[in-house]
Amino acid sequence: MELLDPAKQKRVFPDEMYEKLNGFVDDLDIDPADPRKKGNLIQVLRKGQQIFGYLPRELQEYVAVRLGIHHAEVSGVVSFYNFFTTTPKGEFTISVCMGTACYVNGADKILSQFERILGIKSGEVTEDRKFSIDSLRCVGACSLAPVVTINDKVYGRVAPQDVEKIIEDCLVQEEA
Amino acid sequence: MEKIKTYQELTETHDKVKSLLDPRILLDRYQGKKREILVCGDTGCQASDSQKIVTRLNELILANNLEDTVSAKITGCFGFCEKGPIVKVFPDDVFYTQVTPEDADAIVENHIINNRVIQRLLFVHPETNQRIVPEKEIPFYQKQKRVALRNCGLIDPDNIYEYIANDGYMALGKVLNDMQSQDVINEIKAAGLRGRGGGGFPTGLKWEGALKNESDEKFIICNADEGDPGAFMDRSIMEGDPHSVLEAMTIAGYAIQSNKGYIYIRAEYPSCIARLKKAITQGEEIGFLGDNILGSGFDFTIELKYGAGAFICGEETALIHSIEGRRGEPTTKPPFPSDSGLWGKPTCVNNVETYANVCPIINKGADWYAGIGTETSKGTKVFALAGQINNTGLVEVPMGITLQEIVYDIGGGIQDNRRFKAVQTGGPSGGCITRANLETPIDYDSLAAIGSMMGSGGMIVLSEKDCIVNIAKFYLEFTVEESCGKCTPCRVGNKRLLEILEKITQGRGTMEDIETLKTLSEIIKDTSLCGLGQTTPNPVLSTLKYFEDEYITHVRDRKCPAGVCQKLITYEIVAEKCKGCTACSRLCPVGCISGAVKEAHVIDQELCIKCGVCFDKCKFTAIIRN
Repeated sequence: MELLDPAKQKRVFPDEMYEKLNGFVDDLDIDPADPRKKGNLIQVLRKGQQIFGYLPRELQEYVAVRLGIHHAEVSGVVSFYNFFTTTPKGEFTISVCMGTACYVNGADKILSQFERILGIKSGEVTEDRKFSIDSLRCVGACSLAPVVTINDKVYGRVAPQDVEKIIEDCLVQEEA
Repeated sequence: MEKIKTYQELTETHDKVKSLLDPRILLDRYQGKKREILVCGDTGCQASDSQKIVTRLNELILANNLEDTVSAKITGCFGFCEKGPIVKVFPDDVFYTQVTPEDADAIVENHIINNRVIQRLLFVHPETNQRIVPEKEIPFYQKQKRVALRNCGLIDPDNIYEYIANDGYMALGKVLNDMQSQDVINEIKAAGLRGRGGGGFPTGLKWEGALKNESDEKFIICNADEGDPGAFMDRSIMEGDPHSVLEAMTIAGYAIQSNKGYIYIRAEYPSCIARLKKAITQGEEIGFLGDNILGSGFDFTIELKYGAGAFICGEETALIHSIEGRRGEPTTKPPFPSDSGLWGKPTCVNNVETYANVCPIINKGADWYAGIGTETSKGTKVFALAGQINNTGLVEVPMGITLQEIVYDIGGGIQDNRRFKAVQTGGPSGGCITRANLETPIDYDSLAAIGSMMGSGGMIVLSEKDCIVNIAKFYLEFTVEESCGKCTPCRVGNKRLLEILEKITQGRGTMEDIETLKTLSEIIKDTSLCGLGQTTPNPVLSTLKYFEDEYITHVRDRKCPAGVCQKLITYEIVAEKCKGCTACSRLCPVGCISGAVKEAHVIDQELCIKCGVCFDKCKFTAIIRN
């Protein structure tokens, strides 16, 4: 396929973000002729999501051109794996563990309580982009079930009546 | 870090660093003056601030000028997560439970300086109510045997010398120095080691297949994509003992004549990734990874590859496709990966726990290993105990132990003395074990015979509080979300199963639906492409086999006996019994309970979300569930 010059690609994010991603790809030292170069795709996308927060179509196209593979292949991979998201996340990413141990200890009730209070469904983000809710599969802290993680903080043994307080804590944290 | 270039230098280093672990291994026979405080640094305990405990301990040690006589450090999982964070003091052999960062002051002041054991932090025996000091007297540990978890809770995972001190890399030295590839395989075969990821395929045979295939390139893969929700043994091994995985992979590389290993690890395990990265760097610096390892002429490198959240990638062909940067869809076997795997080359994929068993087999011999376990399943198995059980945590037991022993002797029985209902093993691919089979010795074949499976080792204990139809629905929800969609029986069939289960839990089921569940399940099992689809109906079939009555109650009586299915229950307050204490109305997360103090309360049925908080909290049994 014809290789476009990444510099001529449409850019919708600040330049320094692209520079970061480019630096990462440069370090991988990928040989464009290597039939195994696609093996780098998932880690480039991971890095991309880390830098940009999500993987919108423009960014997928950018990655495709940068690695010299088809956008369809990139899109296929992005849509296959749960870790990748094409919608932006909130400042506070609320993940309710839906592993078995958490589920039998009432995680579904915790999830619906978050959904009820924030007025969004799992997989969505609030209008002000402050909160997004997701469910995740087992962080392995089963003794603390049910578990909720918000960004990197783990809340254990959460009860439905604790949910409001947890959300308030986030807001307080933000102000501080 | 000084390079270790030969087997001779390795044994010298081993002799030199061996005493590092003396306080922890010799205990009361230890003659030295040095004391050590070990704090669990596993994800579960980290979530309960264990890192802060270590930081505080170290501050206090410095402030009191104790750094010559005592040190505090992080170690891997002690297993007893229920009572975490765990702190152990050596050589005193004192086991503290549920420690908080504030308790660090008491540990240094009372225990270390004044030699007084802190009674309030000791484990209390649930029957005798006595406080127990050493780990070995705690019932949770008495029937366990640690092989795969041998270093978890013993060594500092970031310190390669502590790993060497406990015979680390000695197996690699022995293999490279004294054994041929076939010898290694013979040893693993004789030990009877079977794959711990769930399938139970003999590891030695897998390696032999890959060895026999001549190729310019071969690959070793460690499957660390631990996807079974409720199983976390692989994570604990990688966090607590990363070098044991690296060493075993290198041995496997030598056995099949491969020079390149990949660890495929899930993105949800950031602390594992950090530990493994550090361990790989150490291995390269010291010379256990790289070119000409220990002067043997054998080269081996290990690289991390990240998963991106797809349960199917635990299936080996899907995993391989994922490493190749493609969608993680499985392909039919044969060809098996040992014939044509990564990039079409012979490849061995083994699970983390399987690797963790390799070095002890080489060090102690196949006979020793084969002496543990049952006729067809050798060695030990790590289980993650969770659900409605008193002692949640990670346990390692010899194969052949009964479920009764795991649930009651180790697990301490069911929470709140409720009735045992079943244990779910094997995750979304497994099934239930009921009261009738509590005495069945656990191994690969006995579990398969009663309609469950070993799986990766998740054990979810269910009580009368759990609705069996709801559990089946939970696993099907998981499967429907995680099915890769490649083959129709799995993609469409499981979706239909889920819809029927939803109907039943909402009180709209018919008797015909139960029959459809059975036939459809059999069809999905028979016609799906990969191991995922072939096993996903198991939770349905197994619960139907043992608990068909409960399904029928949902259908005929429109009732959920466990009181879980929200559409089938209501909560009401019995006015005569209600004291108006307001406990329920204060806790209700949706504020649907009204009533003045000291007057009977009322639940607004329109608003009630049926979370059951009020039901659990009412001291006067004034709230009833219908």
